[in-house]
Amino acid sequence: MMAKIVPKKHPMPEQDPNERIKNFNEVPLGYDERTAIEEAKRCLECKPKEGQKICVDGCPVGVDIPRFIRCIKEGKFDEAIKVIKEKNSLPAICGRVCPYENQCEGFCTLGKKFEPVAIGRLERFVADYERERGYVVKKPEPKGKKVAVVGSGPAGLTVAADLAKLGYGVTIFEALHAPGGVLVYGIPEFRLPKRIVQAEVDYVKALGVEIKTDVVVGKTVTMEELLEEFDAVFVGTGAGLPKFMGVPGENLNGIYSANEFLTRINLMKAYEFPEYHTPIWVGKRVATIGAGNVSMDCARNALRLGAEESIIVYRRSEAEMPARKEEIEHAKEEGVKFMFLTLPKRYLGDEHGWVKKMECIRMKLGEPDASGRRRPVPIPGSEFELEVDTVVVAIGQSPNPLLPRSTPGLKTTKWGTIMVDEEGRTSLERVWAAGDIATGEATVILAMGGGKKAAASIHRYLSGESKWPEDWKPVNA
Amino acid sequence: MPEIISKIDLAPTIKGFEIKAPLVAKKAKPGQFVIVRIDEKGERIPLTLNDWFPEKGTIRIVALEAGLTTKRLNSMKEGDRIANLIGPLGKPAEIGRYGTVVCVGGGVGIACIYPEVRAFKLAGNEVISIIGARTKELLIFEKEIKEFSDEVYITTDDGSYGEKGFVSDVLKRVIEDGRRIDLVVAVGPIPMMRAVAEVTRPYKIKTIVSLNPIMVDGTGMCGSCRIEVGGKTKFVCVDGPEFDAHLVDFDLLTLRNRRYLQEERLALERYGGEK
Ligand SMILES: Cc1cc2nc3c(=O)[nH]c(=O)nc-3n(C[C@H](O)[C@H](O)[C@H](O)COP(=O)(O)OP(=O)(O)OC[C@H]3O[C@@H](n4cnc5c(N)ncnc54)[C@H](O)[C@@H]3O)c2cc1C
Ligand SMILES: Cc1cc2nc3c(=O)[nH]c(=O)nc-3n(C[C@H](O)[C@H](O)[C@H](O)COP(=O)(O)OP(=O)(O)OC[C@H]3O[C@@H](n4cnc5c(N)ncnc54)[C@H](O)[C@@H]3O)c2cc1C
Ligand code: SF4
Ligand code: SF4
Ligand code: FES
Repeated sequence: MMAKIVPKKHPMPEQDPNERIKNFNEVPLGYDERTAIEEAKRCLECKPKEGQKICVDGCPVGVDIPRFIRCIKEGKFDEAIKVIKEKNSLPAICGRVCPYENQCEGFCTLGKKFEPVAIGRLERFVADYERERGYVVKKPEPKGKKVAVVGSGPAGLTVAADLAKLGYGVTIFEALHAPGGVLVYGIPEFRLPKRIVQAEVDYVKALGVEIKTDVVVGKTVTMEELLEEFDAVFVGTGAGLPKFMGVPGENLNGIYSANEFLTRINLMKAYEFPEYHTPIWVGKRVATIGAGNVSMDCARNALRLGAEESIIVYRRSEAEMPARKEEIEHAKEEGVKFMFLTLPKRYLGDEHGWVKKMECIRMKLGEPDASGRRRPVPIPGSEFELEVDTVVVAIGQSPNPLLPRSTPGLKTTKWGTIMVDEEGRTSLERVWAAGDIATGEATVILAMGGGKKAAASIHRYLSGESKWPEDWKPVNA
Repeated sequence: MPEIISKIDLAPTIKGFEIKAPLVAKKAKPGQFVIVRIDEKGERIPLTLNDWFPEKGTIRIVALEAGLTTKRLNSMKEGDRIANLIGPLGKPAEIGRYGTVVCVGGGVGIACIYPEVRAFKLAGNEVISIIGARTKELLIFEKEIKEFSDEVYITTDDGSYGEKGFVSDVLKRVIEDGRRIDLVVAVGPIPMMRAVAEVTRPYKIKTIVSLNPIMVDGTGMCGSCRIEVGGKTKFVCVDGPEFDAHLVDFDLLTLRNRRYLQEERLALERYGGEK
């Protein structure tokens, strides 16, 4: 007889909301061994029929989910992590920040009637299990060919790891003083502790990858020089250019881009000011503009930095919020407030140039737009003022223009992303690109998926299996 | 970690450092800057490239003590290492053959403008340099500026050296002498750059200033350094640092640079200094 199905995921132990808004420690605490095994037992080990989609099909890097979950069921955690690492070099990160509800878990058979298997939490569990016990890495035979990787975000780290495992000599060049990209400067400590990013970076280094920080490609060294010294170059420079709305008063003091706000806090550790020397200033009432993951991160950080009120201001309604459900729930539990159908029109400041008020207009939802979401339209005469002393503009990031601008011949789209073909090849011979710089802002796992594809293409090219295409056709023109 | 090869004692509150940074030395151009972080807990601060020696693989920066980071930097010694040095950043100055170029440097700005004075001279311009400081002991790089200038004027606020007064006063006099001036470049404190802009505005002389907003990454990623030029928002670290002085909103720059006054004071007091 079949065992009774447990309809819900085993709950994730978490820090209490009232406690956690006073610290920067990680919010979810992770499964213990027993809970992980119990959760794994919920998996049906699906053998899909032709055309049927299951969990694996939703994972951009194709982790063999049924197999790693079976290992957990059997208590073979060491085996489980090996299965994951065949496809994913950064599981401790993905298990924390992947939007798995739309990806692997979104395709889970169990999820059709009940809650899906908690694949993300299980992935996190085995990655943490391995990290706490240490791992052995075997270095492959060197191939004698060298690859340069520009940018050390998830895309760059993935390419570096995959190629190092194949025996290529890989050097990563990173503009900032710490490797990790958005993982270190953007995503907050309480969601992704920096020691975990560091451990994953150490793993990539253990594979033999050299990481050179403080090198801005396009300034410190040029693409031309990299092409002279290396057999191939991969560009994973991300979407690092903050967007502003261009409304009057946006340059007043107290108004941050999400990037500045998060970089000061995360990369520069301003939450430990003055122990760490980079300052940050947060007032009593903080408004964060936009409702994506980045916005939730900013609004939650604001509370931890002492704001009495932290408000998300969003021009559409609750249903259209692009942030992950889990992030929205966490924000609500912590006391973040939401002001929907509201658009800032201008900011008003005092005589010292500090923002004091924000003039907003109310919106209503009209016809669906190109994205299928109903378009917000302003309601004439509905303007009102909101008193604020800190504003974080979190309406998105554009592709980082520094490298494309300083690299002649590297073609970009009208959105500023680098043009690539289906294998990640750019308009410049021997140069590949993937991640946010090619797709526009996306997710950690999509950046890794793009990186994997590019790494495979680089390998085919460098091993002589394929030639550079004569009729290069970009897929994102 | 980049090593301090030598330290120069320029004035009680101004020190120069020659630092090992071969890649930066190879690429450096006049008008560009580096970002420096002293140690793990340190802030990232921008400093202009004062000179570079590609064959030795070194660069030179000059820092005036303004607060915690510059005080800590200036207390470092030959042989010490700083955690990070990133550059060269920003767009290089547009060095060309203009005719007569006036280079105006105030305070530590003299160290910043020195490579431009040299480059304009070597590009075949007639170079008039006007340099000034609060008082005699803070006047730096006089010899080096003289070496590459056709004429040099010196001012101090207190009259302890050169003429008493401001560099902008001398600039006004030079212009009123009826000399043909093709370009004015000014680097120094914000009030000085603003005064220079006001002096040249009625004469419609092209005037360039090098701006010094508060930065974090220095690569266009955060927007901390944003200012308005001609009503448009610009990121000084990638769009500048040099801009048309007649279009810069100096009021905004002044206010934005006061964003962290309280925190800066706190940081310095904790270190045992005063502001
Ligand atoms: C606050 C925030 C929260 C997010 N939350 C999530 C989440 O929960 N889940 C999720 O899946 N995704 C999330 N994302 C999105 C995700 O982080 C990105 O899609 C992903 O990091 C993109 O990876 P990447 O490797 O393409 O680029 P990045 O991570 O942006 O890394 C690019 C790196 O290249 C470096 N670089 C840039 N130019 C140069 C140059 N010229 N020379 C040398 N180095 C250079 C940069 O300094 C940076 O380190 C979030 C993003 C932000 C900003
Ligand atoms: C492109 C550029 C080139 C510069 N070149 C030189 C130079 O060659 N020599 C020199 O002595 N100074 C230079 N400066 C100014 C120098 O960066 C600041 O004096 C320094 O950052 C002050 O840091 P602090 O901790 O010592 O003082 P703080 O007490 O922190 O600050 C003193 C004042 O400096 C400014 N400041 C503070 N933090 C920063 C920051 N992170 N970035 C920029 N400005 C800041 C603020 O206006 C502040 O009020 C330059 C600035 C820029 C933007
Ligand atoms: S990498 Fe992300 S999408 Fe793939 S299995 Fe893990 S959590 Fe799911
Ligand atoms: S779809 Fe769900 S139940 Fe089926 S194998 Fe994957 S995780 Fe298990
Ligand atoms: S310093 Fe961050 S954008 Fe200029």
